[in-house]
Amino acid sequence: MDIQVLRSYFPLFQTAAGLTVRLGAEGIFLALLVGLICAAVRYWKIPVFCQIASCYIEISRNTPLLIQLFFIYYGLPKVGIRTSPEICGVAGLAFLGGGYMAEAFRSGLEAVDSVQKESAFSLGLSKNQALLHVILPQAVSVSIPAILANVIFLLKETSVFSAVSLMDLMFTAKDLIGLYYSTTESLFLLVFFYLMILLPVSLLGTWVERRLRYAGFGT
Amino acid sequence: MPDLGLEVLWKGRNFVRLLGGLWTALRISLLAVSISIPLGMLLGMLMTRNNLVLVVLTRFYLEFIRVMPQMVLLFLVFFGTTRWFGWNLDGELSSVIVFSLWGTAEMGDLVRGALISIPAQQTESAAALGMTRPQILRHIVLPQTLRRLIPLSINLITRMIKTTSLVLMIGVVEMLKVSQQIIEANRMSSPNAAFGVYLTVFLLYFLACWPISLLSKTLEKRWS
Repeated sequence: MDIQVLRSYFPLFQTAAGLTVRLGAEGIFLALLVGLICAAVRYWKIPVFCQIASCYIEISRNTPLLIQLFFIYYGLPKVGIRTSPEICGVAGLAFLGGGYMAEAFRSGLEAVDSVQKESAFSLGLSKNQALLHVILPQAVSVSIPAILANVIFLLKETSVFSAVSLMDLMFTAKDLIGLYYSTTESLFLLVFFYLMILLPVSLLGTWVERRLRYAGFGT
Repeated sequence: MPDLGLEVLWKGRNFVRLLGGLWTALRISLLAVSISIPLGMLLGMLMTRNNLVLVVLTRFYLEFIRVMPQMVLLFLVFFGTTRWFGWNLDGELSSVIVFSLWGTAEMGDLVRGALISIPAQQTESAAALGMTRPQILRHIVLPQTLRRLIPLSINLITRMIKTTSLVLMIGVVEMLKVSQQIIEANRMSSPNAAFGVYLTVFLLYFLACWPISLLSKTLEKRWS
């Protein structure tokens, strides 16, 4: 491994890592939003929307991100929907992640015993009060480990962004390998930067999971 | 009705070629799954041992494999090891290696989770009732572990199939590559082919994964 080469490549990978983190954060934020909406729609069993959400969750969870991106980036322009690579990447991540996040929220909501809701009502809490003070705190504490696992999963999935010509870490590594045949240095930096991005989130996940006291009652 | 580029699929053997590409992806993932299930069981059992060296080693392996994107692992094996060790790997073999390594880690974690989820009272009570160790394993531990494990391992298969779409990036001719070829070849005659062909690929992936994940969900619900 050549230190000089490492030093000259470092800024390139830094820029690329910035792009990965930024698009990842945007995509994850949107995914949380989509997931929340889907979970809410299914929780209240709003007709029609509920079925649409269920279909969407099955589709997004059972197709790979790479295929979704190819369809959005190369397929959709043929019917007049044109997007920039960045929007395409974020949209793809939100589409994929929305389904996973919805399932995480749902598992949290389902974990709350119906006795809790009934007791809240019998104590005179309104529907909104019961949701805000009784159901959500318990549901969120149950679903947080799953949400963090999804965040890691989605950050890892950003590695396919190079397929829609976004200059992320994978793209940079492949480019440098192809141009200068500097395989060792490129791969070293690639692993290093992914570790820098993913390890903190992964450690946070382990820490939260260990010290999260489930807000469940009586268990 | 605009031209959606679906007619390309019925030209010549295009659709059969697409299915051939899907088969390549399925073959890689089935091969990797059948390697990683036994190895993962071994890893999971090793991880529950109280041996510090073993725990540190397996933990390191597990964390590294699980925190790295599978694309990075593919690059490390396909571009890295071939350079460092001077051997020759084609794309398909590299992907089988990577997915087996990854599947072993995932499976190992599942097995470990299933094993430690059985409370100690169960084995202790069985021992108190005079059962021998093999009997305890056969009648108490295994049935509970398997019930927890089977739906999760089936789920691993769908994750494996979805991940095989990445092998396009190291030059394996699978469904996505075949569809690129089809679209390129018909650029003049049907310029909109990209929409129809990629939509078909999307649906084919869904049709390959959906039944398997439904099965896993049903089993999980029935056995929980």
